[in-house]
Amino acid sequence: MASDQATTPPPPPPEIQSHDLPKVILLHPPPVFKYFKDHFSKKFHLLKAWESPLPLHEFLTNHAHSIQAMLCSGTGPSISADILRLLPSLRLVVTTSAGLNHIDLTECRNRGISIANAGEVFSEDVADLAVGLLIDVFRKISASDRYVRHGLWATKGDYPLGSKLGGKRIGIVGLGSIGFQVAKRLEAFGCNISYNSRKRKDLVSYPFYTNVCELAANSDVLIICCGLTEQTRHMINREVLLAMGKEGIVVNIGRGAIIHEKELVQCLVQGEIGGAGLDVFENEPNVPKELFELDNVVLAPHMAVFTTESFKDLCDLMIGNLEAFFSKKPLLSPVMNE
Amino acid sequence: MDSITVLMTSPMSDYLETQLKDRFNLVKLWTYSSKTDFFKHNSHSIRAVVGNTKIGADAELIDSLPELEIVSSYSVGLDKIDLRKCQEKGIRVTNTPDVLTDDVADVAMGLMLAVTRRVCECDRFVRRGLWPKGDFRLTNKFSGMQVGIVGLGRIGSAIATRAEAFGCPISYYSRSEKPETNYKYFSNIIDLAVNCQILVVACALTEETHHIINCEVIDALGPEGILINIGRGSHIDEPELVSALLEGRLGGAGLDVYENEPEVPEQLFGLENVVLMPHVGSDTVETTDAMADLVIKNLEAHFLKKPLLTPVV
Repeated sequence: MASDQATTPPPPPPEIQSHDLPKVILLHPPPVFKYFKDHFSKKFHLLKAWESPLPLHEFLTNHAHSIQAMLCSGTGPSISADILRLLPSLRLVVTTSAGLNHIDLTECRNRGISIANAGEVFSEDVADLAVGLLIDVFRKISASDRYVRHGLWATKGDYPLGSKLGGKRIGIVGLGSIGFQVAKRLEAFGCNISYNSRKRKDLVSYPFYTNVCELAANSDVLIICCGLTEQTRHMINREVLLAMGKEGIVVNIGRGAIIHEKELVQCLVQGEIGGAGLDVFENEPNVPKELFELDNVVLAPHMAVFTTESFKDLCDLMIGNLEAFFSKKPLLSPVMNE
Repeated sequence: MDSITVLMTSPMSDYLETQLKDRFNLVKLWTYSSKTDFFKHNSHSIRAVVGNTKIGADAELIDSLPELEIVSSYSVGLDKIDLRKCQEKGIRVTNTPDVLTDDVADVAMGLMLAVTRRVCECDRFVRRGLWPKGDFRLTNKFSGMQVGIVGLGRIGSAIATRAEAFGCPISYYSRSEKPETNYKYFSNIIDLAVNCQILVVACALTEETHHIINCEVIDALGPEGILINIGRGSHIDEPELVSALLEGRLGGAGLDVYENEPEVPEQLFGLENVVLMPHVGSDTVETTDAMADLVIKNLEAHFLKKPLLTPVV
């Protein structure tokens, strides 16, 4: 017996073991990797395109022929028709975002590729940031914090007045999971909610407007909570912004390109609208420098989902979707790609 | 009523000043070079004082105005008024409750979100051009955090209603239990601090609540805990708060009030887990006008011998 124990072979080194694991390709490290990479690499054999010296198309041609599953995020290369063509065995794209604008949905549909996204995992966090940005703009929290830190309260006197949130008309653009959570929170502040969405939501009692310009004309605030599609690109333009009037405020936690950024900047710089709270921009991480001069604007670096709770939940959900796929079970957060 | 002389203690509101000037003989305390000068010219004519959170009506002022009948405060807080002396002398006192409740509760929520989600820090991050160098880090989730409220009056209740919409469980410490609410009551503030993640000070400043947030409470709240103050600066032992923040014994703070306004401890200026506002809880155009209207209405009611709208004494 003792001699048996002495000759028991050591466990195989991790590299060999990982080849038994299901393969998942990634073109770019998703933000969740920074904190939870090991959770993924324990369960899947990860093909990391960015670690290869080969250009992407070559890498895919040489290594990705039999790959069935991809993990992607809103950052990194778009999952375009060109890329999908180089992945003939691909059956599943899992994205760490709620948004789908970086994926060629038509091509996926034509190829029978399923898509899973972040579902509702961070709807609350995004809604919290939307409300936080809105209160900041109305009550000048960041601006007055700057004022205090520069020692100006003692020397220059009281800070200028803000604007009351209660009773304000909030127009929510896109009443999905995030939009609904925003509405629920702002109702508690005594705000009046109405919305514009692709379709009227019958189970909701908020007034519905068929077009976003009409919504803006009846709102003091617009909160952009919809996805980025061909229909919504640059939907919030000068006409929509000015429809709110001079005190109008826009908050964007959707995608930068839903707003016509140049026109937004112009409206803000010229004092044609009251202010803005922005977590997303057309060309991240670049932010129009003109906004840095303005005290009625609050800027955030696309961090609405950046909480430890959301990232952990997201990690679990992404792994859960991949595991479900590989064991031929239903996906946890499938996207209905009609 | 322009034969009635009203004293305004500080330049609190242009709108209020205009309204007072239109109706009464207005005397502005800050236009006099010295107290003696002021008292020499006005002691016997002043029948009403309009004070605020900076200068109210203390014993010295009350004693020097023999014709004083009413103090109408442009605030809901009464800590700058010698209420006992007013009561002794039969001087009426009014304040501005209700009209500012929503605004102050909104600032409390804004501070909670700004501290937990690092909104101001993010804004600085972007403006300093740091985003191209890398993503922002992770913060804690706000929704669902346990919120403890010190003082469940009008403002405390308004904060609770808002926080509930974020799924935050609410607990409180108050002079008396409020069984009509579903919130969890703690009979002492240490237990409240131990059992919440965000502690909000929303009570009135009295002798009992002076420094109610002391070293013991701060330690009970702990290195992950967040303190929000929209009450009065003297609710908190300020030097103790500063050292707790600098040493990491407290997780963060959102402050709208300080012990010695407009002085703010400079050691806080370099901290990212702190948000500092310059006592703007009720400072919106809508609310300051509503507060001014209430001051005027109370004064008019008094001099027309009608019931006061919001009497305290």
